[in-house]
Amino acid sequence: MGMIEIHDLTLRFGKRAAVDGLNIRVEAGEIFGLLGPNGAGKTTTIKVLTTLLAPTEGRAEVAGHDVVREEAEVRRAIGYVPQLLSADGALTGYENLMLSAKLYNLPHKTRKGRVREALALMGLEESADRLVRQYSGGMIRRLEIAQSTLHEPRVLFLDEPTTGLDPLGRLAVWERIAQLREAYATTIFFTTHRMEEADEWCSRLAIMNLGKVAAVGTPAELKASIGQADATLNDVFIHYAGNSATPEGRYRDIARERRNARRLG
Amino acid sequence: MRAASAEPTPFFLVRPWRGALDFLYKTLVIAEIEVLKLRHDPTELVTRAVQPALWLLIFGQVFTRTRVIPTGNLPYLNFMAPGILAQSVLFISIFYGISIIWERDLGILQKFLVSPTPRASLVCGKALSAGVRGVAQAVIIYILAVILGVQMQWSALALLGVMLAVMLGAACFSVFSLIIACLVKTRERFMGIGQLLTMPLFFASNAIYPVSMMPGWLQAVAHVNPLTYEVDALRGQMLLGGASVYGLAPDFCVLACVTTALIVIAARLYPRVVR
Repeated sequence: MGMIEIHDLTLRFGKRAAVDGLNIRVEAGEIFGLLGPNGAGKTTTIKVLTTLLAPTEGRAEVAGHDVVREEAEVRRAIGYVPQLLSADGALTGYENLMLSAKLYNLPHKTRKGRVREALALMGLEESADRLVRQYSGGMIRRLEIAQSTLHEPRVLFLDEPTTGLDPLGRLAVWERIAQLREAYATTIFFTTHRMEEADEWCSRLAIMNLGKVAAVGTPAELKASIGQADATLNDVFIHYAGNSATPEGRYRDIARERRNARRLG
Repeated sequence: MRAASAEPTPFFLVRPWRGALDFLYKTLVIAEIEVLKLRHDPTELVTRAVQPALWLLIFGQVFTRTRVIPTGNLPYLNFMAPGILAQSVLFISIFYGISIIWERDLGILQKFLVSPTPRASLVCGKALSAGVRGVAQAVIIYILAVILGVQMQWSALALLGVMLAVMLGAACFSVFSLIIACLVKTRERFMGIGQLLTMPLFFASNAIYPVSMMPGWLQAVAHVNPLTYEVDALRGQMLLGGASVYGLAPDFCVLACVTTALIVIAARLYPRVVR
C-alpha cells in the first residue's frame, strides 16, 4: 500500500474543477515533487491531502487513512508547511515550537528537550528567544519545518517551501529536509516552481496541468520521455504543461506570491 | 501499534474523558498564545484604555450633572461605570474575528487546522483569549472608577462574579465575531460589518440608560441583546448599592446559553475560512 494514494480525485469550486480526476501514488520514503503552472491545482491537491478541503469526488488516503472519514488519524500522521508563512511573528522561535509541541500532544516530560533538539537541528539555537518577525526568510522556513516535524510525522507536505528564498536559504532548507528523511524515514510531498530543485531532490515527480497529471516518473524517465536529446526538466515542463489555458496565473496567486516574497526578503 | 500496557488505564485516559481533557487542554494552549503576545507587547492594553476613560471622564462627568436619567439611588457616573466596562469589552470582542482572517492570510490558521486540535478548542481558545483581554480592560476601568470616586463592591464573590460576567460577555461577542469572519472571509467586508454592529448593540442596551426609559420597540430589541444581560449582571455586582433588574441567575444563564450556541455554530463554520 502506498503512503499517499489519490484515486480519481476531483474538487470543484462552483463549476470550475481545480482538480479533475487526479490519480497519484507515492511510496513510503519517497521525495515526491508536484510541478505545474499556477492554477494547475497543486495547492488544492495538498489541501485535500492535509484535510483542509474535502474532495467533491474520488478519495485519497494518507498513511493508510482516508482523508475524509479518518481526518483525525491523518492529522496525527502528517506535518504541513503551507505556502504562506505559518510561524507566528509575534512569538519567539521557542514559543512557536512549544505551541506546536503542545498541539501535537508531545509528552510534558520530553517536550522541552525535543524543542531544544529541533532548534539545534535547524541551526536556530542562537535566535530561539528572538521574535520571529526579526528572522530572515530562510530562518522562518527552517523554523516552520521544525514545527511541522516535532511529532515525527510519517508524511511531510511542503507547499513551495523555497519560494522567495535566496540560494543559500534554499540549500539550507533542502539539507534539513534531507536530514529529516534520513533520521525518520519521512515521506516528503512538495510542490515547486524550480525545475533544478525538483531535478536534484525528487525521487519521482508529477507534472500537473489543468487539474490532471500530465506526466509522472523519475526526473531521468521524464527527460527521456519527450524524445529530445539533452532534454532538461524545463523542456519536460514546457512539453507537458505548455498548452496551459491560464499561463498568466490568477491575480490572487500572483498577489500572494509577491506578498510572501516581500515578507521573506 | 503500541503494546497494551499491563497497568490499568487511569479513568481520565478512557475515551470520553480523554476527549474532554484534550479539548480543555487545547483550549488553554490556544488562549496562552494571546497571553504570550500581550506580554511581549503590552502597548495595546494602554491604547485600549483611552476610549473608556473618555466615556467616564467626559460623558460621565457631564451627564452626572444633568440628573435627567432615572438611575434610582445611584449617581449617574456609578450607573454607567458597568455599562462602560461592558462597552469596552464589546468593542474589543466584536472585532476579534478579524484575527482569524489575519491568521488565515498569514498561514497560521492552516497550521492549526491541520494539527490534531478539535475545532471547538480553536473557537473556545479564541473566546478565552478575548476574555483575558476583557479582564485586563476591567482592571483599568476599576482603577478609573476608584479615582472618580465610584463606590465599588470589593467582596471576593462580587469580584469573581464581575470577572465571570466580563469573560462570558467577551466570549459571546468574540465568537459572534468569529462567525461573521468565517462567513465574509475578507478584512474589508468584516470591518464594514463590525462597524455596522457595534453602535446598535451598544445603544440598544442598558449600558448608559435604563431599558425602562426606552420606547417600546427599542425595549424589545434591548431584551434580545445579550449586552443588556451582561451590563445587568455587572451592575448587580460591581457597585455598592447596585441592583440587577433581571436577577443574576437569569443574566448568567442567558449569556452562557447564547455563548454555547454560538460556539457550536462557529466550530462548524471554522474550517470554511481557509477555503
